Amino acid sequence: MAARPVVEVRGLWKSFGDKEALRGVDLKLHDGETLVVLGPSGCGKSVLLKHVIGLMEPDRGSIIVEGRDLSGLSQAELNEIRQKFGMVFQGAALFDSMTVGDNVALPLREHRGMKGERLSALVEEKLELVGLKGISSLRPAELSGGMKKRVALARAIALDPDIILYDEPTTGLDPVMAEQINELIRSTQRKLNASSIVVTHDLHSACFTGDMVALMDEGRIAFYGTTDELTTTENEAVRNFIARGHPAATGAPGGSGAGPACADDPFA
Amino acid sequence: MSNGSMEVEGAPAAGVERPSGFFVTLGGAALDFIREAGAGGILFWRGLLSMGRLPRSLPLVFEQMRRIGVESLPLVIITSIFTGAVTAVQAAYQLREFVPEQYIGTAIYKSVTIELGPVLTALVVGCRVSASIAAELGTMRVTEQVDAMEAMAIDPVRYLAMPRIVAGLIMLPIVTVFADALAIGGGFVVSNASLGISPSTFVNGMKMYFFAGDVFGGLIKAFVFGGIITLMGCLAGFRTSGGAVGVGQAATRAVVASCVLILVSDYVLATLLFKIIFG
Ligand SMILES: Nc1ncnc2c1ncn2[C@@H]1O[C@H](COP(=O)(O)OP(=O)(O)OP(=O)(O)O)[C@@H](O)[C@H]1O
Ligand SMILES: [Mg+2]
Repeated sequence: MAARPVVEVRGLWKSFGDKEALRGVDLKLHDGETLVVLGPSGCGKSVLLKHVIGLMEPDRGSIIVEGRDLSGLSQAELNEIRQKFGMVFQGAALFDSMTVGDNVALPLREHRGMKGERLSALVEEKLELVGLKGISSLRPAELSGGMKKRVALARAIALDPDIILYDEPTTGLDPVMAEQINELIRSTQRKLNASSIVVTHDLHSACFTGDMVALMDEGRIAFYGTTDELTTTENEAVRNFIARGHPAATGAPGGSGAGPACADDPFA
Repeated sequence: MSNGSMEVEGAPAAGVERPSGFFVTLGGAALDFIREAGAGGILFWRGLLSMGRLPRSLPLVFEQMRRIGVESLPLVIITSIFTGAVTAVQAAYQLREFVPEQYIGTAIYKSVTIELGPVLTALVVGCRVSASIAAELGTMRVTEQVDAMEAMAIDPVRYLAMPRIVAGLIMLPIVTVFADALAIGGGFVVSNASLGISPSTFVNGMKMYFFAGDVFGGLIKAFVFGGIITLMGCLAGFRTSGGAVGVGQAATRAVVASCVLILVSDYVLATLLFKIIFG
């Protein structure tokens, strides 16, 4: 693991009206690492991801990607940096006026100037990776929620990005598919040597895909450590989160350490 | 939103409690208008800047030309034929006893090419097109498709707005030519069939005072209106927030803004073109 972080978030504050979504977030993503961000609904996970890719501007604090502060960049420079990113939105955000194939093809067309046979072959290859062979002529409206998620994933990795942001990639998928996506996240990370941030509710997925884990609570990072540390920590917020969301994973209430979060496989 | 991209969080004055009172309301409306106009100006400017990528965006432009121009034709055909017909009847009524009947042809051709053709076409097409652009882009905004596009380093202004604006600028004059011809045709038929004006009288009337600047000026108007309609649609669409309700409001705002701006700029253009340039 290299020392220099690929993405560094420093003292990030963001409010919408008088609602404070982020209240001083500090976070580092190192090269080749998968950072899992856990947290209850509404704690600011999606807002954090949107800041990392420059879709939102911080009220205070900064985001530094590969040594460059996003807030000082021109639109062209920002777009240059964004090409290193792939992002899976929570709601998939597929372009519904285009076919599935065109959705995946768009970044390749726009940034690589690809077309014709070569393009459609590559699109088909990406779709196959997410288990959706032969659906490229369908429209997003004809897909199930889980299929949309997977198309979004195929679109996000189309350009073989260095940094991949996943906003709840497995939410809404059946366990088997979720497992496949987890595998895919890991294999993509290995193949591309990408660095990823995975936002999820799913502890199992967190332990399976993650090297580092951050737990967010009410706009702050309540815990940051390795996945192993997650299972042994006495951190109040972590124990609470695990107990609330996955009672089975903690074993008997109060028996801290009795059922480590990551040792227990919810699907086993 | 970042670095010069469209500011959408917090639509103007949303949620801000304003003191009531006539002048306060009026002032607030004026401020909103200025803000809106400023945002429109910025969007137009960014659209212009992205014209450098026009060749690559040509397929997108053609698609929008089809949607804005071709698909509007049925509506335009109906409105313009009846516009011509009613102009003939009303002109005949107003001019009766004062003016020789051959001037009916002049009156129809002049009023249609200078004013009625461009303005009515723009209003009719404008309602249709700006609402549909606003609803489409607004839906993309609230379902994060615009964010997704930005995240993949594709400028939504270039990919979504610019092709629509260019298509509007091209198609409105073309549709207006159609509308002019059909309106004059409608007037011709009615003059002939129910007002008893012979075809040659009508045509002579048209020829007598023909001035190419009339047609040309009307088409310049149509060009500007085409920009207004599409720009207002894109603007309202990009600034949408708040789900399905927000999309509905965006469509309404686009139509209102287009109609008002068409009429206001019509006055400005009329003064500029027919008083100063051709006057
Ligand atoms: N564009 C926005 N305008 C206003 N408020 C927002 C906006 N985006 C997010 N928020 C608020 O910021 C807070 C954090 O939202 P966020 O979407 O980041 O939650 P989350 O952690 O991703 O939750 P979930 O797990 O349910 O997706 C929420 O309270 C939300 O209401
Ligand atoms: Mg979220």
